[in-house]
Amino acid sequence: MSPDLLMLIGKATLDTLRMVAIAGFIGALIGLPIGIFLATSGRGELFPAPNVNRAVGLIVNATRSTPFIILVVAIIPFTRLVTGTSIGTKAAIVPLTIATIPFFARLVEAAIRDVDKGLIEAARAMGATPMQIVFKVLLAEARPALTLALTMTIVSLIGYSAMVGAVGGGGLGDLGIRYGYQRFMPDVMLIVVIVLIVLVQLVQSAGDRLARRFDKRSRKT
Amino acid sequence: MSFTTSTIAADDAAVVFDGVSKRFAASGKSAAFTALDNVSLTVARGSITGIIGRSGAGKSTLIRLVNGLEKPTSGKVFVDGVDVGVLDEGGLRDLRRSVGMIFQHFNLLSSRTVFGNVALPLEISGMDRRAIDERVRPLLDLVGLADKHGRYPSELSGGQKQRIGIARALATEPKLLLSDEATSALDPETTQSILQLLKRINAELGLTVLLITHEMEVVKAVTSDVAVIDKGEIVERGQTFDVFTHPKHATTRALLSGLPGSKLPEAIARGLKTAAAEGDRVVVRLTFFGAAAERPLISRLIQSIGAEVNIIAGTIDEIGGKPYGSLVVAYGADPETAARADRFFAENGLVTEVLGYVA
Repeated sequence: MSPDLLMLIGKATLDTLRMVAIAGFIGALIGLPIGIFLATSGRGELFPAPNVNRAVGLIVNATRSTPFIILVVAIIPFTRLVTGTSIGTKAAIVPLTIATIPFFARLVEAAIRDVDKGLIEAARAMGATPMQIVFKVLLAEARPALTLALTMTIVSLIGYSAMVGAVGGGGLGDLGIRYGYQRFMPDVMLIVVIVLIVLVQLVQSAGDRLARRFDKRSRKT
Repeated sequence: MSFTTSTIAADDAAVVFDGVSKRFAASGKSAAFTALDNVSLTVARGSITGIIGRSGAGKSTLIRLVNGLEKPTSGKVFVDGVDVGVLDEGGLRDLRRSVGMIFQHFNLLSSRTVFGNVALPLEISGMDRRAIDERVRPLLDLVGLADKHGRYPSELSGGQKQRIGIARALATEPKLLLSDEATSALDPETTQSILQLLKRINAELGLTVLLITHEMEVVKAVTSDVAVIDKGEIVERGQTFDVFTHPKHATTRALLSGLPGSKLPEAIARGLKTAAAEGDRVVVRLTFFGAAAERPLISRLIQSIGAEVNIIAGTIDEIGGKPYGSLVVAYGADPETAARADRFFAENGLVTEVLGYVA
């Protein structure tokens, strides 16, 4: 394998990491409050707004049920508006972020809903405001589950980021398709797949370890 | 009850329920039902008042009205003379910060240490770190868990968790402590130690305790006053000693029958006859209170009737701090012995009840 090819693989890996990092960061930042809202705005909950809750839920579902590759194409005008281009790594970050938000929001919602209702009642009985309950109780108690949710989101993002290669998004997926598939270089394809597997593995085990550290529920003395 | 009587009552009362009803509307699969029906009850300041009832009797709803976790459909609830119903969200939060609450399943945050859990209500009320530290440490001493302050709840036993729950409830120095089945998830021994702790807190801090439970043991061990609730209504109330020794309502009797010492052994109960035959013995339940409970009654009974006395079941105990005894004895059913026994009971002020006859 030529040094040029190795350079290409190195650059593609960095591109992938950059896309995943930025889309993951922005997506999680926006997805987190949406997830909290979804989990706490039902009837009789902390911030009761059942109609808004339903509307947001609908948008989240619509975004999640759109196949990613179609989402990428469908929002090209928006992507161009934000980044000035519709191809390349920078442009790929936009659909990746858009896809991350509802995905992460649903995982956050599940994590928050999993917090024992008795804790919310106890906090209310202490005179906590709804915001205090969110920050001091819900987010604190859901931290292990939120860590796993973020891990799962990043793993999915790595997969999605390979898909944006199909529309000129750069990164490992792009490399795999252009060199591995179109130029029929199976060794490149193999390396791309191995790098992706290693990335996913690293993210998953780091996430698991962090979640375990946060989880005080069954700590042994 | 009119408004004026309840405001008068509120002067020496920690909590007043004034004609409170709570109805839940039908939703989904569950039909509408009335959890509380026109409940009026006064909780005296400084008392340990128990509300006992079976599950579903409405006691959970009742205790949640006190700190506004539930709102009554009609009627009023006064806490320290303040009508809970007129408070806005901010007013309710202030009220809740002055009323502690402990729970059946402790409801401790698994992500916080023992110290962090007790500190939580103080953080919520906006206290600064140093003041919190000064407040939490003596509380952990009070509940006997100072050495566990850096541990997590998952490392503690049920009794220890409830002690943390109590320390947390006391953190904001409340005048009133609500206990929602606080010992129901604990074994009998731990239950007693938690109850003794509540008793101590009541005595040392002058804190009013309102507790709900389905266990008569709990009521007997710590309360001075009790109300029995059944199907959303208060069916009996009074001083614990009176309610225990002279239960009037069927529900009260049913709840009392679960206490050890109040039940006949199965084999005896089965062999009990309603009429005496030649040579049979009569089975009598003796109930004695106060000073009588401390006298050597049985030996005197044997002396004065000059016949053998069998003890079949019995308990000598304390209810609301007063000694109380219940004994089931058997002795000869012949008229002569029976007459001597009756005279002895009358002289000693014992309440008797003939349960039946055995061969």
